[in-house]
Amino acid sequence: MTDLTALSVSEALAGLKNKDFSAVELTQSHIDAMEKARHLNAYIIETPEIALKQAAESDKRYASGDNKPLDGIPTGVKDLFCTEGVQTTAASKILDGFVPTYESTVTTKLFADGAVMLGKTNLDEFAMGSSNTTSHFGNVINPWKANDSDADLVPGGSSGGSAAAVAANIAMLSTGTDTGGSIRQPAAFCGIAGIRPTYGRCSRWGIVAFASSLDQAGAFGRSVEDCAHMLTSMSGYDPKDSTSANLDVPDFASMIDQGVKGLKVGIPKEYRLDETPAEINALWEQGIEWLRSEGAEIVDISLPHTKYALPAYYIIAPAEASSNLARYDGVRYGLRVDGEDLAETYAKTRAEGFGEEVKRRIMVGAYVLSAGYYDAYYLQAQKVRRLIQDDFKKAYEEVDVILTPATPSSAFAIGENEDDPIKMYLNDVFTVTVNMAGLPGMSVPAGMDSRGLPLGLQVIGRPFDEATVLRTCRFIEKAAAFSAKPQFLMNKAA
Amino acid sequence: MSVMDKNTVNKAARLAQIEIKEDEIDAVASKLEGIIGFVEQLSEVDTKDVQPLESVHEIAHRLREDAVNDGGISEKVLKNAPESQEGFFVVSKIVE
Repeated sequence: MTDLTALSVSEALAGLKNKDFSAVELTQSHIDAMEKARHLNAYIIETPEIALKQAAESDKRYASGDNKPLDGIPTGVKDLFCTEGVQTTAASKILDGFVPTYESTVTTKLFADGAVMLGKTNLDEFAMGSSNTTSHFGNVINPWKANDSDADLVPGGSSGGSAAAVAANIAMLSTGTDTGGSIRQPAAFCGIAGIRPTYGRCSRWGIVAFASSLDQAGAFGRSVEDCAHMLTSMSGYDPKDSTSANLDVPDFASMIDQGVKGLKVGIPKEYRLDETPAEINALWEQGIEWLRSEGAEIVDISLPHTKYALPAYYIIAPAEASSNLARYDGVRYGLRVDGEDLAETYAKTRAEGFGEEVKRRIMVGAYVLSAGYYDAYYLQAQKVRRLIQDDFKKAYEEVDVILTPATPSSAFAIGENEDDPIKMYLNDVFTVTVNMAGLPGMSVPAGMDSRGLPLGLQVIGRPFDEATVLRTCRFIEKAAAFSAKPQFLMNKAA
Repeated sequence: MSVMDKNTVNKAARLAQIEIKEDEIDAVASKLEGIIGFVEQLSEVDTKDVQPLESVHEIAHRLREDAVNDGGISEKVLKNAPESQEGFFVVSKIVE
C-alpha cells in the first residue's frame, strides 16, 4: 500500500473522496509515523484521540457527500494557537498548566473546514527565535542532515516544530506564525513551502501575542498548492481582531497555475550582501533566469532602507513584546512563584517562568520605551518603519512581485549562533522587511547547497495579493523541480 | 561606549518586573549592550518630517454596537488561575 503520509493534500482529498482510504486510516498512518519520529521533538503534545475523533467525523461527511475543503487532512498546530481543552504553552514554562477555554479563530476555521489536529507543534519560546532552541520543551531536530556531518541541525524558527513535522511527513499541513520570518526561514531550512500572508489576512484572535503589529498566522506545506489550500481555509475577516481585514478570501489553490508570463518581478539590489554565501546568490540568479526565460519581466529595483529593517525590528518587536508579555504575572494563569508581596511574586514568577531570550527581549523593550529613550529608539524605529513601507510602495508602482533569497544560510548545527544574539537575529535579514511593511511573503524550496541542504527563494507581494505570490512560487517550484527528501525519510524508506 | 551599566540593567529589569540576581547582571548587561549597540545605527537615518508608522494598513477603527455580547463566564475565566476563591483571583496581601 502507498505511504499515506507522503501524499499531497490534493492527492489525499481525491483518495478520501474516492474512498481509496478513510480519514481514520490517513490519520492513523500519521499517528504511527509520529511515534517513530519522536526524537525530532516536533510536537510538544500529541493529540491522537482528538485526531481520530475528528477523522471519524470526516469519514461520516465523506459518506454523506457533504465533505469540507480540508476534510480529513492531518494537521499540526503551532503551540501558539489557543486550542480549547488542549494545553497551550507557547513553549514557555510560564504557561505551565494553561488549558484554554476557547479556540483561536484560525483553528476554528481550519476545524470547520474539516482539518484534523494531530497535536501542538514545538516552537521557540513565545515565537522568539530563529532556531527552535529556546523552547522550554527542548530543541527540535531538523529531519535534514548535511552530507559532510552527522550533527543535528536546527529546523529554523520560530515555527520549527511545524516545519520539521511537515518535512518529516508527520503532518500534511501545519500552522505557523511569522513575526520576523518565523514561517519563511524554517520552511527554507526544512525544504518545504511556507507562506506568511498579508498582515490582517488571518485573525490573530486566540494566538498568543508576541508583537501585535507584526504577528501574522500562515501555512506550511510540502508544496505551494498545499499551502494555498490551507491559506484559503485559515483566512478571513474576524470582528474579534480589530486589525483583521474585511476582504473576500479567494480560492487560492485554483489560481496558482496561471504562470508568470508578463509578470514584472523586482530584484532589489540591497539584498545583495557581501556576507551571503555565493551558492545562495547563485540560486537567486538561477531563479531570475527561470522567470526571465518564461517571459517574466525582470526589473532592477531599490529598497534603500533595507539595512535598517532588522535594527528597527529589534526595537519595535521587543517593545510590543514587553507590553504583551506583561500579562504573565502569576495571577490569572500559568506559573506562580510566591514572594513576600505581590510585586515580588510578579518578579519571581517572571524570572523563573521566562527563558533567557524572552527576558532579554522584554528588558530591551522596557528600556527602549522608558522615559528619556522613547523618542530616540521607539519613535525613531516607527519612523524608519514608515520609510521601509514607503520603499515597497514605490517599488510596487513598477513591479508585481519581488524575488529575494529566503535566508542568508542553510540550516546550521544546534548550538551554533548561540553566543551572540545578533548573529541569531541576522537569520531574518531577508524576511523581516516583509513584516515591517505588512506584506505577504512566501519561501519555496528552489535548490540545494554543496552540503546537500535545502535552500529557499522568497517571493514578496503587494498587500493582499497572496494569489500572485503563490503563482510565482508555483512556477519556481516547477522550474526547480525540487525533489530531494530529508535523510530522516530516506532512512525510513531503507 | 557602555550604555548598559549595572544601574541601567537593574532599571530595565525593574520596569520589566523580572527579578535579576546580582551574579547575573554582568552577563545580561553584555548581551543587552550588544543589542542596543546594534539598533543604535538607526540614529543615522534622517527621519525629519516622517510620520511614525503605527499600523501597516490604514484601517479605520471599527465601532460595534454598545451592547453586551459576552460575559457570565467567570468559571471559565478563573479556570486557569493558580489560586481562586468564590469567583475571585487570589493574590498576596497588597495593603497592610
